[in-house]
Amino acid sequence: MNYRRRKLINAVALAGAVACTLCVLLPLVLIFSNLILKGITSVNLAFFTNLPKPVGETGGGMANAIVGTLTLIGLASAVGLPIGVLAGVYLSEYGHGRLGYSVRFSADVLNGVPSIVIGIFAYTLVVLPMKSFSAYAGGFALGVIMIPIVARTTEEMVRLVPSSLREASLALGVPSWRTTVLIVLRTARGGIITGIMLATARIAGETAPLLFTAFGNQFWHSTLGGPIASLPVQIYTYAISPFDDWHRQAWAGALVLLALILVTSLSVRLLTRGRFHSAL
Amino acid sequence: MSNKLEVRQLNAWFGTTQALHDISLTIPDGAVTAIIGPSGCGKSTFIRCLNRMHEVVPGTRATGEVLLDGNNIYGSGVDPVQIRGKVGMVFQKPNPFPTMSISDNVTAGLRLNGERRTRGELATIVERSLRQAALWEEVKNNLNASGISLSGGQQQRLCIARALAVEPEVLLMDEPCSALDPIATTKIEALIHELKQEYTILIVTHSMQQAARVSDYTAFMYLGRLVEFGPTNKIFTTPENKETEDYITGRFG
Repeated sequence: MNYRRRKLINAVALAGAVACTLCVLLPLVLIFSNLILKGITSVNLAFFTNLPKPVGETGGGMANAIVGTLTLIGLASAVGLPIGVLAGVYLSEYGHGRLGYSVRFSADVLNGVPSIVIGIFAYTLVVLPMKSFSAYAGGFALGVIMIPIVARTTEEMVRLVPSSLREASLALGVPSWRTTVLIVLRTARGGIITGIMLATARIAGETAPLLFTAFGNQFWHSTLGGPIASLPVQIYTYAISPFDDWHRQAWAGALVLLALILVTSLSVRLLTRGRFHSAL
Repeated sequence: MSNKLEVRQLNAWFGTTQALHDISLTIPDGAVTAIIGPSGCGKSTFIRCLNRMHEVVPGTRATGEVLLDGNNIYGSGVDPVQIRGKVGMVFQKPNPFPTMSISDNVTAGLRLNGERRTRGELATIVERSLRQAALWEEVKNNLNASGISLSGGQQQRLCIARALAVEPEVLLMDEPCSALDPIATTKIEALIHELKQEYTILIVTHSMQQAARVSDYTAFMYLGRLVEFGPTNKIFTTPENKETEDYITGRFG
């Protein structure tokens, strides 16, 4: 009796867990299949090599927006990664006092700030003094979004490195900064890269903060000091337009954006793989 | 026999808790000294003070003098990093670096300090250190395997090889066998016998049999104080102190 009851409860709990798993997977599968269905027909060579065509002409591509998005990710990483990783290391290794507490608190608040507010911040700080929308302003806004995500995941990952490894290194007569860089960061590498990729995926799809920083551009950008196209902004512009051809292009753009994030994540993982399975 | 280390009036704290009270003793050169005593009596804290690893934990401090070949390692202007190069340490739990191969683990102390060595020199150091740690024969065909792919006993000998590779003068061992099986323990004990030809060794142990087997001198600690120190066979046969006798005969601890 008791045994049968236990088996029954187990079956019910398992069924519940499986149902919830399906609920998590379902939206992802739906988004993917919908994107592929609607977008794949418009993805062709021209989409990757051509500039957008004027209204009324069919065809054209988003080459400038693809390059623009990659450029913006690069600029954002230049701002966000060093600050984020170093702040995370500070938080976990030295941030036990009041400063650490306030840094951690600010990072959490910053993480919760709506991205459009960060766009306004970048607008006043970069666009107004430069008197021009620019790739720099867009990269800066996205970089600011990256900082708290990277800092907090780095902190968590560095904290997971067992203190016995730090002690082993210190006891060999290795100075503490070398221990942090060569032992702690190297051991936590896998986890830190996961955090970086999460942050990259997040900013690659940001639209709002780019509207009045990078602005958007129907042509190739001539300089990083001027407006630059990006996939999310291009998708937004095309999706709210009244033209069927632009709608198709927007679907294709969304598909390419997703694929871009996937490919970057995978290649970064492959390229930064250590000789041995990362400990974290 | 000359004295390698001379400890004078050593006190150590964790926050406001005093873990060591006025420890004074001299450790002879080229011999094995065992530190015994019940859990929490300050054995580990004591040897961690000898290479300034005690202060690595936030909120700790130590006062007093520890003379290494006559020079106070707690003197002003002494760099703890330099001291740790001369006084190596092996920990209770084997802790090889998981991101490194066996040979990289051995040379970690040299490479992490940015010392430039040729590939040939490094290979020589790897072989010499692994032979000293009695691990060479077991891993010589597998030097590029991960350090954590080894068994627990092998990992501990790898850690000993890693400590020896930086050529310390003193080797501190903090219960090096407590996580190991009897066969691995026997190997490490045999190794300690070999190593005392060249190094001054301090070993913290919970096993009185081990202390009796491997050491030339024994220190008995209790409640943060040094109760008795002397040649091992004297401590184990005719201890002067009642507490030492009670502990050794298993009446407490």
